[in-house]
Amino acid sequence: MRPRGKLVATLLTTAVLIGLNRAVEYGVGDFQINPYYARIINLVGINVILAVSLNLINGFAGQFSIGHAGFMAVGGYAATYLTVYHGAQIAALAGTTLTSAVGASVVMVFSLLVGACAAALAGLAVGIPSLRLKGDYLAIVTLGFSEIIRVVILNIPAVGGATGFTDAIPITNFFWIFAMAVLSIVVVRNITTSTFGRALSAIRGDEIAAEAMGVRTTRYKVLAFVVSAAFAGIAGGLSGQLFANPLNPQNLNFVKSIEVIVMIVLGGIGSTTGAVFGATALTILPEALRPIDRQFPGLRMVIYSLVLILLMIFRPQGVFGRREFSLRWLGLGRRGKSGPR
Amino acid sequence: MQTFLQQIINGLSLGAIYALIALGYTMVYGVLRLINFAHGDVYMLGAFAGYFLANALQLDANPSVLWAILVTLGSMAICAGIGILIERLAYRPVRHHSRLSALITAIGVSLFLEYGGQVVFGATPRFFPQMIRSQTYILGGVQITNQNLLIILMAVAVMFGLHFIVHRTKVGKAMRATSYNLSAAKLMGINTDRVIAFTFALGSALAAAGGVMVALAIPRIEPLMGMMTGLKAFVAAVLGGIGNIPGAMLGGMLIGLMETGISATAYSTYRDAVAFGVLILILLFRPAGLLGSSRTEKV
Repeated sequence: MRPRGKLVATLLTTAVLIGLNRAVEYGVGDFQINPYYARIINLVGINVILAVSLNLINGFAGQFSIGHAGFMAVGGYAATYLTVYHGAQIAALAGTTLTSAVGASVVMVFSLLVGACAAALAGLAVGIPSLRLKGDYLAIVTLGFSEIIRVVILNIPAVGGATGFTDAIPITNFFWIFAMAVLSIVVVRNITTSTFGRALSAIRGDEIAAEAMGVRTTRYKVLAFVVSAAFAGIAGGLSGQLFANPLNPQNLNFVKSIEVIVMIVLGGIGSTTGAVFGATALTILPEALRPIDRQFPGLRMVIYSLVLILLMIFRPQGVFGRREFSLRWLGLGRRGKSGPR
Repeated sequence: MQTFLQQIINGLSLGAIYALIALGYTMVYGVLRLINFAHGDVYMLGAFAGYFLANALQLDANPSVLWAILVTLGSMAICAGIGILIERLAYRPVRHHSRLSALITAIGVSLFLEYGGQVVFGATPRFFPQMIRSQTYILGGVQITNQNLLIILMAVAVMFGLHFIVHRTKVGKAMRATSYNLSAAKLMGINTDRVIAFTFALGSALAAAGGVMVALAIPRIEPLMGMMTGLKAFVAAVLGGIGNIPGAMLGGMLIGLMETGISATAYSTYRDAVAFGVLILILLFRPAGLLGSSRTEKV
């Protein structure tokens, strides 16, 4: 895409998102979106960010992380902390208040940046030492790190400890969530079609062979971790500042990480559109199952786990495999431009 | 000094539980190179099997050591069956897929047992019947309950028993051969499927024994009880050197001692982080574990 094309695409996306944001928040004409549905739509966006970013590690780089919730927690708590304790000052610097739309947006950008940086640092801290490890050991170390992060957060009273960060100021809205979701998709897509992506793909194929061919495996794996963690942090920042959705260490345990893994496994490990599909399906499905879950607590997770096992037995590559969804699947679009990989 | 010794005793009895569960992790990993995440949940099922057996026999009203042993054996048998079933239904179909698929399947089975347990048994904790009346012995100012003593003795006995099975019997030899090289073992006429099933049965039985023992000492059982304990037991197995039986024992004891040590200090709220911190350190500095031997990577 040429530079001007990119600019047009960015502006167009922004305009569409702003329009949709108005529609979600204030409705169109007499039609109001049920707040419950609006909430689910927002959660879909957050889960898309989580799934697409985790896919960079677990899908494209062929590593296995069970610690995404940990990065989400770091970023989320850092971002929410900034807003709660310094949000008013930042808004004042911009010459406005936190309650105005402009002020909230400025603070949102700042807090997401801080959340992304904090999570990226955590990703670096986890990445550098643990990437000497492979496979199962890496998985268990990421799990260990995320559990440690959780226990540390539980012990910080300023962010609510075990009761959760209930002081959070709800400044997240549809626009920010989906702008970040689009950003994560674009970034991951650009990575996968770049040298970086080729290197990751080589590492996934055969790490030793990749190293022998001169790919700096550790460097690229750490980079993948950092980028992925940064987006998990953004997802955490968005999630923690969503209305009536406080961050809570209880919900950021490894079950949350596994939920994200199920999303990408369902969609197809190594497919971005697959991750989007998986995140959407597995956010809506549990909500649809909520009446059952109320009657039999835990049944939702039973269905989750059965889906996981059956997928692994019968279709380990997920619904999409490594392919990306394209309009040609529906018999639409131009032919012969770029086929599925 | 007295409190120190007391902490050691407490640590050892907690560690013995971790060790019992870690033995199962280590055996399955040794044979299949698979982290059997569901192992901690088999431990939970063991506690529940013991609960239902003991209640069926009304042992709460007339406790007896003999019946307690029979209940433990019954629970071990049930869980051995469950272990074989898990292997047959979930792990065997994915054995020839990638290791990632196997790991994800293991996570799936674990979640299935945890939340399936919640659906079947209910999420509220249940109280395990007192099959053995609690007694406290005082040795040189240090208190030890008969249950804790039983746990420690049993863990040590099991370790020796296991060591005997693995190193002195025919099936043990087959297990070692399978662990060394699965396809070569198959070529030598070893029925590896049966060996793997046996490994699962043995590991699950040990986990069940651990479950009943814990329930005797801490009579509060719930479907998610295996989640954390299982993870820590796995850490214990890695700490001692995964695939190594005395290592699992050592690792379990060390984790138990460290946890009770931390609980006694001002940092008791960090208790759950200790095991994972140790895990990360051990993997960074000695990935083969304390007693394990490292294997060179073949290209």
